[in-house]
Amino acid sequence: MAPSLRTIAMAVGLLALGLVPVAAGAFNQPFYVDLFRRIMIFAIAALSLDLILGYGGMVSFGHAAYLGIGAYAVGILTYHGVQNGYLQWAVAIAASALVALVIGAVSIRTSGVYFIMITLAFTQMLYYLGISIEEYGGDDGMRLAVRSQFPGVIDLKNPAAFYYLVLGILALFLVLGHRMVDARFGMVIRAARLNEPRALAIGFSPFRYKLAAFVIAGAMGGVAGALLVNHTEYLTPEFMHWTRSGEIMFMVILGGMGTLAGPVLGALVFLLLEDLLSAWTVHWQIILGPFLVGVVLFAKRGLFGLLPGGRGRG
Amino acid sequence: MAEPLLEVRGVTKSFGGLIATNRVDLDVVEGETHALIGPNGAGKTTLIGQLAGDLTPDAGRIRYDGGDVTRLPAPARCLRGLARSFQITSVFREFTALDNVALAVQAHAGHSFRFWRAVRTDPALHTPARAILESVGLGARAGVVVTNLAHGEQRQLEIAMVLATRPRLLLLDEPMAGMGLEESRRMIAFLRGLKGRHTILLVEHDMDAVFALADRISVMVYGRLIATGSPEEIRANLQVREAYLGEDDRR
Amino acid sequence: MTLLLVLEQALNGLQYGVTLFLMAAGLTLVFGIMNLVNLAHGSLYMVGAYLATSFYQWTGSFLLGVTLALAVTLLVGIAVEVVALRTLYERDHLDQVLATFGLILFFNELIAILWGRSALYTGLPSWLGGHVLVLPGVRYPVYRALVILVGLAVAALLWVVVARTRLGMLIRAGASNRTMVAALGVNIRLLYTLVFGLGAALAGLAGLMAGPIYAVQPGMGEQILIQVFVVIVIGGIGSIRGALIGAIIVGMVDTLGRAFLKPTLATVLSPSAADSAGPALASMLIYLLMAAVLFFRPQGLFPVRGR
Repeated sequence: MAPSLRTIAMAVGLLALGLVPVAAGAFNQPFYVDLFRRIMIFAIAALSLDLILGYGGMVSFGHAAYLGIGAYAVGILTYHGVQNGYLQWAVAIAASALVALVIGAVSIRTSGVYFIMITLAFTQMLYYLGISIEEYGGDDGMRLAVRSQFPGVIDLKNPAAFYYLVLGILALFLVLGHRMVDARFGMVIRAARLNEPRALAIGFSPFRYKLAAFVIAGAMGGVAGALLVNHTEYLTPEFMHWTRSGEIMFMVILGGMGTLAGPVLGALVFLLLEDLLSAWTVHWQIILGPFLVGVVLFAKRGLFGLLPGGRGRG
Repeated sequence: MAEPLLEVRGVTKSFGGLIATNRVDLDVVEGETHALIGPNGAGKTTLIGQLAGDLTPDAGRIRYDGGDVTRLPAPARCLRGLARSFQITSVFREFTALDNVALAVQAHAGHSFRFWRAVRTDPALHTPARAILESVGLGARAGVVVTNLAHGEQRQLEIAMVLATRPRLLLLDEPMAGMGLEESRRMIAFLRGLKGRHTILLVEHDMDAVFALADRISVMVYGRLIATGSPEEIRANLQVREAYLGEDDRR
Repeated sequence: MTLLLVLEQALNGLQYGVTLFLMAAGLTLVFGIMNLVNLAHGSLYMVGAYLATSFYQWTGSFLLGVTLALAVTLLVGIAVEVVALRTLYERDHLDQVLATFGLILFFNELIAILWGRSALYTGLPSWLGGHVLVLPGVRYPVYRALVILVGLAVAALLWVVVARTRLGMLIRAGASNRTMVAALGVNIRLLYTLVFGLGAALAGLAGLMAGPIYAVQPGMGEQILIQVFVVIVIGGIGSIRGALIGAIIVGMVDTLGRAFLKPTLATVLSPSAADSAGPALASMLIYLLMAAVLFFRPQGLFPVRGR
């Protein structure tokens, strides 16, 4: 089966991302390696949200919590002298998956507006928890003394090496996501979003699958958090603030909800826009706000939705 | 005498002050095609909802295949062979016809915690799905997205999905709703082909269909089941004729 | 931890609860009638607080200041409804959430441009300062006592409006069956604008009363909004009674928890453990409460049927 226009676009995009460090080196602009690495980390976060939001129809306004948990797992372990990257990231994934399991078990039984409010409330709870723990910086957060160590395998202090690691993880998640949404698991999730009464009537019990998807998305968010804290070398409770959740959600919508490349594109456009606007004025949010309203009202299918070659399939 | 496949006793459901089903007693014997008729607002759809598992009765009992299912959730009932079609077409609109039926097959093919293999390339799902689509006459339209199917074809797809769940008892809620003459005739012929192989409880307004298909007919009026019997008995029943006064000429 | 202290904190809890109720009532009304999730509800609270502070400063009269603030907030609310929110009534909840989120960013930044980012100081006129004897031997700040009274009076007024007037009947009917109300030929547009205006006024009132007590700064709306969500989830969406009871519960639990959890824990844990666990747990209390309510009654304590 010939690849669709969308798949080609995605492949080209990944290739282009792969060339960024090369180009940045050639033009002596290391800033761009940093910028695009940050974009890719948020692309991973947005992709994980899209799985439950775009494909699963679960409007989780609390997704930033999982980035926070992943980041804090790495940060707290480093603070206590545990620098082994494998261990740190394993804990980051496990912790975010566990929290997602608990929050999901309580929230997924509800739907619609309740679900939105509840996920929002739980995120804020974690945010306040982060603030109140003075040991790890409380309100101000803390520095990451040293990046996760993977002795002999990769040195995260090397900007290009770290960049390619993030790119590799993004590509891996895209491939896994692509398989998952067309496999039995993905089809149940999508069916439950399209028409839950019909899904029930043919014999599916969607709750367990939605919960599993929620946990998977949470774990992916944890990976993004671990990457993010290594990237910024600083972590604060702000990582978990609900406005961050809103921004990630916007990246998904902007790029095209219910597609795989959409979140990547959305992260790219959103962060570049943020970069440009904030260079122009310190009050850039007053432009971003109405822009977001405009996107919701007029361009709901997002940028990727404008490309032919799919019916909401990645 | 063997226990009926479906045994409904005293099923009552009210919404606020309105009693939708009022102590309904109904039996459906295995292998029969049993029609449920009545004027609009008689409570037929509410009864189907309680039989299918969407609604929980306020009072009463529902036994299916010897077991009490009064409070059993809809998916569990489907897995036991109690399947329903909706009065207003309810399918997965963004998917193709084949996808839709394959999903119904998938629901009865074990758990769905499989993350790698695409369902569209899985013969365990699409072979039976294609066969069922052929049997309802949609074989040529398997690859068409539902939004591009005609209304009648969508109703056929509804039935196909129900059949894909390998049911013993079919609850069909107005399968011919919105169909033209030709389509209705085809649907009646198709349903006749199902007689005997499946047990059917059929809600319909189309009297041609009812008298062509039903072994027995039950009549509901204002939430109460007022009569059950063979088509001849029902045709002759005075109470029923009164309830339908002015409606005999309607199709 | 004397009885006096407990009483004082209980009253604070009641005062916070009343503030939460004013917010929750508006939000739950808007959701119940118009099926609109409005994240920007907190922005109206913020606008009320800022306007009250400024008008008081400019006019020198507290009463004039708050009256003007209330009026202008109401106008702002109606303007937002007419300009931005009308198109959202038909959209799904995700769209509403995202669009109103965009509005929040806009309002927060607007306030920051006009007033700056640091917290404002809101003074109180002398006749509202001081303490009053609430019970024998119990002195309580006059202003806070007033807030409680005003809040309860508004609750009573709302009850009268909803239970006894024609508008209230439409509200109750609309909450359980919107299409029926429209079919009855009622001017839905006007009803929606009125209801939204009512919600905006309630939020503005909550904000202007909160000014002298809590910090007036950009983002203050969202801080309280999330707790308002907890109130609504606990109380049940669409129910004003649920909003009142939920608000009092949440207000009490949060205030008493923050005040007494640490010392209570200190009786069973070591002081240093209580020091870190206390505030952390106190900040999580109401969310844990919400989770517990959800577990046993997913629709809330007083759900409105027929949705």
